[in-house]
Amino acid sequence: MNKERIIKIVLIAVIGMIAALGAIPLYRHRHFPMPFVAGPGVTRVVKLSNYGPGLKGKIVDADIFVMEGKEPGGKAFLMADTHANEPAGLLAMMILIENAVVEKGTLYVVPTFNASASRNTKPGDGYPLYFDIPTDWGQVRFRMGNRDASPLEQWPDPDVYIHYPDKQMLSYLDVRNTNRTWPGRPDGPLMERVTYAAMEMMRQEKIDLAVDFHGAETMFPVTNCIVAPQKSAKIATMASMTVKAMEGFDNHVEPSPGNFHGLSHREIGDFSDTLPFLLEAPIPFLDQPTGPKTVKLLLDGEDPFLLSLSAAKKLFVPYDETGWPMDKRIGQHASVALEILKQFSKKNPERAIKLSGFPRYAEIVRNGVGTYYHDPAKADPKSVHYE
Amino acid sequence: MPVITILYYLITAFIVALLAWNFGREKKSVNDMILYLLVIVPLLLRILRVK
Repeated sequence: MNKERIIKIVLIAVIGMIAALGAIPLYRHRHFPMPFVAGPGVTRVVKLSNYGPGLKGKIVDADIFVMEGKEPGGKAFLMADTHANEPAGLLAMMILIENAVVEKGTLYVVPTFNASASRNTKPGDGYPLYFDIPTDWGQVRFRMGNRDASPLEQWPDPDVYIHYPDKQMLSYLDVRNTNRTWPGRPDGPLMERVTYAAMEMMRQEKIDLAVDFHGAETMFPVTNCIVAPQKSAKIATMASMTVKAMEGFDNHVEPSPGNFHGLSHREIGDFSDTLPFLLEAPIPFLDQPTGPKTVKLLLDGEDPFLLSLSAAKKLFVPYDETGWPMDKRIGQHASVALEILKQFSKKNPERAIKLSGFPRYAEIVRNGVGTYYHDPAKADPKSVHYE
Repeated sequence: MPVITILYYLITAFIVALLAWNFGREKKSVNDMILYLLVIVPLLLRILRVK
């Protein structure tokens, strides 16, 4: 064998090995199961593919935890991980699924709405692959996802994403962003099929309210708020005022722009009878001028660069040495969502939705989110669902 | 599978073939050999649909 051939074989072996070693952590992350212990309030678990074509058997076919009350009433759809790098909603939905009981009405809860994004990462930003939440019985490990679905599920990207049906031109990346692909279509790109299935669920099940849980940078003006279109504005305003007066935290209302298409708070309202709300909790981890993107930054939101920017009045939220801890963000999501349900129920008593066992802001901040999570090893295996 | 995706797979296969051909023909420059191999990895994974 000549020297050239030996060099080539060695190079193929070395580069193949480096590629394989690099791929192993990403493969494990993609297939890492997050256990959800369905609590007493979960009456059944169905799939998103029940409502739309082209999803069955795919990784994007998310679970829908249905929580039906003994008494008929209104219906609400709660979704988290639309952007899987904004995990406060996911953690809030885990509390709900594991602890809450619906007394009147029905909840449809999707904790990992963009199930592909929740298995994706952002290596260019040095995202951690996982984060852990401490509990009384140990740590619960969660996948840290990305904003967009993985190109492993949907490829290639277009040069420009032309939104359906409005033909508005959006960034090419938004074709994999499930908060730009609403209302979707049954034969469109995969993420449009995901949002189409959710739209069909809302239309077929006659869902009254949809709440989409997000997080936004502290330097972004649309943060720490409820984004609502005109038809949801009264309920959003009442919820905002009530949490400010009763629970002492700000959560202002932002109007949903009429000409910015593809967003849940715009298209759900325009293409169904459902009232949409999008909740934004501040997440310093997503701000650009921060230190390293560590798990600590994700969980406590403390960053010296943001502190300097806060002193220079460049942030859109109050910010001090305590950062913006995860418990506070989850607590805000929980209280605002409960308040939206309460305000809707007041206005529509025949379609009221009542639940218990879902803690509010002060309780979550005081006890810590881990208090509410159940040990899957000790739970009935039938009640454990892996997302 | 949409026509555009099939076309992208064909383009990817063509580039993989070009890189493999150049890698095979390269006699002296180890740097170029490494470069061809590094570039071919993601394209090969795409064609093989490795997830």
